[in-house]
Amino acid sequence: MSADVKLDQVWIRFGEFVAARDVNIHIKEGEFFSFLGPSGCGKTTLLRAVSGFSEPSEGKVLIGGQDMAGIGPNKRPTALIFQNLALFPLMMVWENIAFALEVKGVGLAERRKRADELLELIALPDQGEKMVSELSGGQKQRVAIARALAAEPDVLLLDEPLSALDLKLRQHMRTELRAIQQRVGITFIYITHDQGEALTMSDHVAVMSQGVIEQVADGNTIYDQPDTAFVASFVGENNMFEGKVSEISGDYAIVDTGSGQMRARKSKGKEQLSPGDQAFVFIRPESLKFANGSDFDNRIKAKILQQEFEGSFWQVFFDVEGSNRSAKLSTVNDGTTLAHQVDDQVELGFNANTAIATPAGDLAAE
Amino acid sequence: MVRYWQDFFRKNGPTLALYLLISVTCWMLLMIVLPQLFMLDFSFRTNVPPPQWGTEAHGYTLEHYQYMIYGSAQSTDSYNFVDLSVFGRTILTAVFVTLIDVALCYPVAYYLAHVAHGGWARLMVMALIIPFWVNELLRAFAFKIMFGSTGIINNFLVGIGILDQPFDFIRNGVALYSGLSYAYILLMIFPIYNAVESLDKNQIEAARDLGSPWWRIHWRVVIPHAKPGITSGCTMVFMLTAGALAAPQILGGPSSLWFTQIIYQAFNQAGNWARGSAYGIILLATCLIFVLLVMKIFKIKLGEIAR
Repeated sequence: MSADVKLDQVWIRFGEFVAARDVNIHIKEGEFFSFLGPSGCGKTTLLRAVSGFSEPSEGKVLIGGQDMAGIGPNKRPTALIFQNLALFPLMMVWENIAFALEVKGVGLAERRKRADELLELIALPDQGEKMVSELSGGQKQRVAIARALAAEPDVLLLDEPLSALDLKLRQHMRTELRAIQQRVGITFIYITHDQGEALTMSDHVAVMSQGVIEQVADGNTIYDQPDTAFVASFVGENNMFEGKVSEISGDYAIVDTGSGQMRARKSKGKEQLSPGDQAFVFIRPESLKFANGSDFDNRIKAKILQQEFEGSFWQVFFDVEGSNRSAKLSTVNDGTTLAHQVDDQVELGFNANTAIATPAGDLAAE
Repeated sequence: MVRYWQDFFRKNGPTLALYLLISVTCWMLLMIVLPQLFMLDFSFRTNVPPPQWGTEAHGYTLEHYQYMIYGSAQSTDSYNFVDLSVFGRTILTAVFVTLIDVALCYPVAYYLAHVAHGGWARLMVMALIIPFWVNELLRAFAFKIMFGSTGIINNFLVGIGILDQPFDFIRNGVALYSGLSYAYILLMIFPIYNAVESLDKNQIEAARDLGSPWWRIHWRVVIPHAKPGITSGCTMVFMLTAGALAAPQILGGPSSLWFTQIIYQAFNQAGNWARGSAYGIILLATCLIFVLLVMKIFKIKLGEIAR
């Protein structure tokens, strides 16, 4: 069984502080959905409202079409995986997994059988008799997933469950989580501040900042077509130029910046650019090129500050004429050395379809 | 071993190390080991007046322990029913009082640790502690007045018509049980509070999220975690209640004797220090065995209690 989750005009307030502001999201059943945002943006608060540990101050949470108001966490068709996993240290591994069944009054033999099946699913067969403390970090992680799945939830909620693991294990668990989700076929709602996790695993990502949903889209769209200045600056790396819109033509905007006039795709968020607006132009380091006389829609003059060799990539940093922000260019190492030296004056170029212009707004903290 | 002492002296410096060593040794020897050894020795000797102590007349005997079980030779009863029944009732009542205290203190400790916040929690702790600034005797007398036939409780119950005439709380033991339960309540609350407080709140939420009703959360998650604290509190309350003197003396009814009162009588009224010692040793040994047994049953190690 799987269910969709709908947040309908949800506001969550703690006194004066607004943790979630008019959130409207529809998470389809069977989907892997992520909330991505910096810490303190309100994503955990939203998750707690879905799991039932808190109630929204305004608006509705609907799971499978049913209004969840007044229904406690023990009665909702959700299961939550905590950031610190919160496994029961005084129970054996199989008892942890079978806890939800014990609650339902399932008999001992049946509980043990179900626990063994789930241990099989998470690739930890024959580990049921161990204590939780005897397991490694990744194994504990999988036991927490099995314990939540034993409750047969319609929606599984995950609150940054990978943050305690080391990098390698984290990358491995991403694939594992995605595979488990596809096997069990229920809705996963995943909370993270790690964009790599959100972009690789999710069907859809909601980017959040200061209690506001900035954009909901699939990972590609979030990266290539950000709706707001926050999304453009938070997801991936971006070079930014400030300016004023002089003209809108179709899907493109022309922005006058201190470094010259730039043509870029117009963002498609709620707030639309129109002539005279303050705007930011974003261009990814991998889309910024050395002009070398070729034809580019936009050109800027810059001085090389630093060149870093990263194996498969060169990262080059510039001081851009007419801008107080430095710019960054990354280029694939194709075996040839770079043609430029530090302190060289160079011309850089990028095309309008690789750049994006958004309304001026809050940026993600560096 | 030599290394250990060398390290000990280097870490603390010679003055502090010597002070610690001497004070701990003195405390252990003078306050704990020697008095108990004297008691043990006395309990196995005949009861003679002090001038004859150390003479031939002050020999070893088992008569005091036998007296506890069989009574005096002149008595017609085959067993010492009076002392044995008082002893049994004391232990039983102490168990009962301990159970009352667990039932009272666990919810309070849980509330303090996981529900109450900031100023309110501090206020509650103060409300628990401040009554214990009042002397133990005064507290016992206050209970006696409160539970008396014209005390506030009887007046209230008669006033609102629940009772036709005052109920004798003292003769029926209610005053004694209440007084004893209250006397050592802090020694139950704080160990449980410490244990419960160290429980990760997420575990409670996780259990709830998995569909658990509140009682199962306590049964499967909170109580197992708090078990060492509960045992520690029970041990202290049980031992102290079984050995209490003031509360039974003041709050006990005319017919209910506490075992410590018999020991007191032996020492101070009958002038029979030997029998008093023997009875004291019996009480101590019984309490110890009882506590160790309970710990065995609930699978608690001594080290966990001291944590």
